[in-house]
Amino acid sequence: MKIIPGDMSTQEITKVQELIYTTRVESVMAPNVIAIDPSSSMGQVKDLMRDKHISGAPVVKGKQVIGIVTIRDVIRSMEEGKLDFLVTDLMTTDVRTVSKDSMVTDVVKNLGQQGFSRLPVVDQNGDLVGIVTAGTLIRSLLKQMDKSFQRNEAEKLYTYRASHIFQDISSDDTSLLLRFFVNERDFDNAGKASSLIKRSLQRLMLRPQIVRRVGVAVYEAEMNLVIHTDIGGEITVEVRKDRVNISTVDHGPGIGDLKQVLQPGFSTAPEWIRDMGFGAGMGLANIRRVSDVMKLTSAPGEGTRLEIVFNFQNESLDNM
Amino acid sequence: MNIREMVEVLNGKILVQNHNPDEELPRGGAADLMSDVLAFGSEGMVLLTGLTNPQVVRTAEMAGVNVIVFVRDKTPPPETLELARDSCISLVRTSYTMYEACGRLYQAGLPGRGPVKIENNSW
Ligand SMILES: Nc1ncnc2c1ncn2[C@@H]1O[C@H](COP(=O)(O)OP(=O)(O)OP(=O)(O)O)[C@@H](O)[C@H]1O
Ligand SMILES: [Mg+2]
Repeated sequence: MKIIPGDMSTQEITKVQELIYTTRVESVMAPNVIAIDPSSSMGQVKDLMRDKHISGAPVVKGKQVIGIVTIRDVIRSMEEGKLDFLVTDLMTTDVRTVSKDSMVTDVVKNLGQQGFSRLPVVDQNGDLVGIVTAGTLIRSLLKQMDKSFQRNEAEKLYTYRASHIFQDISSDDTSLLLRFFVNERDFDNAGKASSLIKRSLQRLMLRPQIVRRVGVAVYEAEMNLVIHTDIGGEITVEVRKDRVNISTVDHGPGIGDLKQVLQPGFSTAPEWIRDMGFGAGMGLANIRRVSDVMKLTSAPGEGTRLEIVFNFQNESLDNM
Repeated sequence: MNIREMVEVLNGKILVQNHNPDEELPRGGAADLMSDVLAFGSEGMVLLTGLTNPQVVRTAEMAGVNVIVFVRDKTPPPETLELARDSCISLVRTSYTMYEACGRLYQAGLPGRGPVKIENNSW
């Protein structure tokens, strides 16, 4: 059998090929097989085929396939007056089966050749577990293609819109500004802003390494707003052609000794914060390590400002 | 080692499944400090931890960790499970302690990150 793609684009043709090579037979077979007992007569087979609207079925002893009988055998038995013969006398005994763990390519190879229009599917022990026909095959492949097609389209839409902003909108210096408001002690939403920032940068198709570094820094900074301020703060992310600027600003208690807080391991976090896994005093050190520039400004009673810069190396949003 | 084998080695139970069990795990790591996860975590790593609050899931997401294993049979609260479902993180539970869970995985061939220096700027 050949799958004829009609006027699909090349990309979708390879999708069909990919599915054929990567899909297991188990997922394209019909699991509820109508099987015929070896003690049945051809007359009974004829009635069964009529009632169940099928044109062929495997003959099964225990769970092993011992033959296959099709509508052609029924017609022959009628022509030759053999309706009271046993199915075992007229069935085809040379049955081509496929393993449930093999790939759909095996089915495509065997179906349609030498008149095979259905292949019983067997497990490791040779026990019958399903049947595959051109119909079950096409239905399940179409279903899977539809799923991956919808997924691809959705992804395309997002990345297209986001990454072309620097080409579609022209100015002497375009940048994209994202602003987030973070509440103090709001652990239900802590990290949400960072998660959104990370996803936005992914949609802008920034290199994964940069996305990761920005993610780590902005999350540490966001958690500091949640943990160490009494009135929350604001995160601003500015995406430019050649870099990402991040700033967090709060009007909280501020910091007295800037040198001290920049030391790895120093923390003023209370016990209950430590119980949550924070307060190792590693946040600012982490930010400094992953960023290209970090600047902390603060005074007691006047709030804190943290500025972080990530430069794009060998990449610019222009040519993405 | 893939996810399925990792779960088997730990006699674990998958609580939230967001990844194909055949997916390969590049390495493992363990931490109860979120900043450690952010500092030493790497893309695709499996994280073993004794913490079960939702922040663990957020931290994992930011660090690029896909799979979290809760040791000592700790059951995470519903918020953690829900956030994991939304953030595409898989959760596993094992009754081994942190020490034994790490030991079993390492012995079964799952590597760690090697020696790390905190000043080290390489990622
Ligand atoms: N926005 C802020 N306002 C006031 N103090 C802050 C602020 N950010 C940081 N600090 C002070 O700096 C210290 C060190 O911060 P850092 O992020 O390095 O560690 P931590 O938050 O205590 O612990 P970790 O980040 O490892 O969970 C904090 O303990 C706190 O005293
Ligand atoms: Mg911190």
